[in-house]
Amino acid sequence: MPITQDFEYHKPATLAAVIKLLGQYKKPAILAGGTDLIAEIKEGVTAPDALMDIKGLADLKKIEFKNGKLTIGSLVTFSQLIESKLIQSKFPVITEVAKMVASVGIRNRATMVGNICSAVPCMDSGPVLCAYDAVINVKGAKGARKIAIDKWFLGPRKTSLKKGEIVTGISIAIPDKKHAGCYVKLGRYSGEDLAQASVLILAMPNDTDRIAFGSVGPTPIRARNLEKLLNGHKLDEAIISEAKQLILKTVFPITDIRATKEYRMHMCQVMFERGIKAASNRLAGDGPPYGHNQI
Amino acid sequence: MKKKMINFNLNGRKIAVEIEPQLTLLEMLRDRLGVKSPKCGCDRGDCGTCTVMLDGRTVRSCLVLAVEVDGLTVTTLEGIMKDDKLTPIQQAFIDNNSFQCGFCAPGMILSATELLKKNPKPNKEEIQEALSGNLCRCTGYSPIIDAILEFTKGGK
Repeated sequence: MPITQDFEYHKPATLAAVIKLLGQYKKPAILAGGTDLIAEIKEGVTAPDALMDIKGLADLKKIEFKNGKLTIGSLVTFSQLIESKLIQSKFPVITEVAKMVASVGIRNRATMVGNICSAVPCMDSGPVLCAYDAVINVKGAKGARKIAIDKWFLGPRKTSLKKGEIVTGISIAIPDKKHAGCYVKLGRYSGEDLAQASVLILAMPNDTDRIAFGSVGPTPIRARNLEKLLNGHKLDEAIISEAKQLILKTVFPITDIRATKEYRMHMCQVMFERGIKAASNRLAGDGPPYGHNQI
Repeated sequence: MKKKMINFNLNGRKIAVEIEPQLTLLEMLRDRLGVKSPKCGCDRGDCGTCTVMLDGRTVRSCLVLAVEVDGLTVTTLEGIMKDDKLTPIQQAFIDNNSFQCGFCAPGMILSATELLKKNPKPNKEEIQEALSGNLCRCTGYSPIIDAILEFTKGGK
């Protein structure tokens, strides 16, 4: 299907030029990997009057780790995340998440920042960024600002990015304590399929865990009530079964073409149990290797 | 619609072409340049029949604008042969009868090429994962996987 939407194409060489150009159009869109944007333009979901291709901005292609803080630039693709030795050693659960995004041909192009800017409820990047308390770095004509991940997602396809602003990257402070994680994603088949439900667990010493769900609400859900329940408790069958009951009050999925609400609710419980066991075993040093879905 | 001039390398040839920014890479390759191995299947990135390599990595040419490849290197199935000889992967596909209708084959071969470059002896699970974005609607997956497994066994 040819694109009928008329837009101008720009490939600015500096961030300042991007911001200046953003101010000159009514409905500009930023083009990084394009795997969501081009499909959305084809389907008429979005109708930009200008595309700013930011792939000329070399600074945004970097993954950096300085003073305990990881920064993932806006042009970092999922393939780059998977191949990064730094991510593999310090944030292996990010590697695990990245490996479960779509397929190689998409991951070679799609970026993590693009994933959270599209903000489709089934995105894979949401839960992990919520669990790590990530911060989104944004720049606009009025200067730079930082947005906590809790304040980033406003609804399906809605973020707190304002017109004229661009995301330059995502920052994650590495937890002080040793930690392990697990991402469990439910899809109909491996490959391009979107998540029907997903859960991300970060396990830390002294039974302090962080839990987030994806695809079972309009935005990713950081399950602080579950964390409160589990905090300080040794992980046993009794507390897991109590937590599973609480999940039913934590997630609020809908029925759509990919799964029913009831199935998603049920699977959240199953995936939570497998995920938290895998994450705590990984923390103890004898868990399943990263990169294998627990479902 | 303002046209743009782009220059890129296509299968070892220098190409200069004037295109509309709305044109996808797939449309440019097939309709303007006559390169027919990338196919239009789903046209939304799900099926992998439009797979081409961009600077050595597989991409969905239906989700890339032609204007984005300015200055880059595009390789399609037509460009992977050396000295007019089939690559070992292409030969393995023939030996294993890995084609039914053939519509998915260009994408499958390019995805397999990328996999073997990164991982010369993949196991079955790794092969399945690497090809999971390439759909074969004849469902002839087994002979395709068998072809790539030949490399794992050291046969090629």
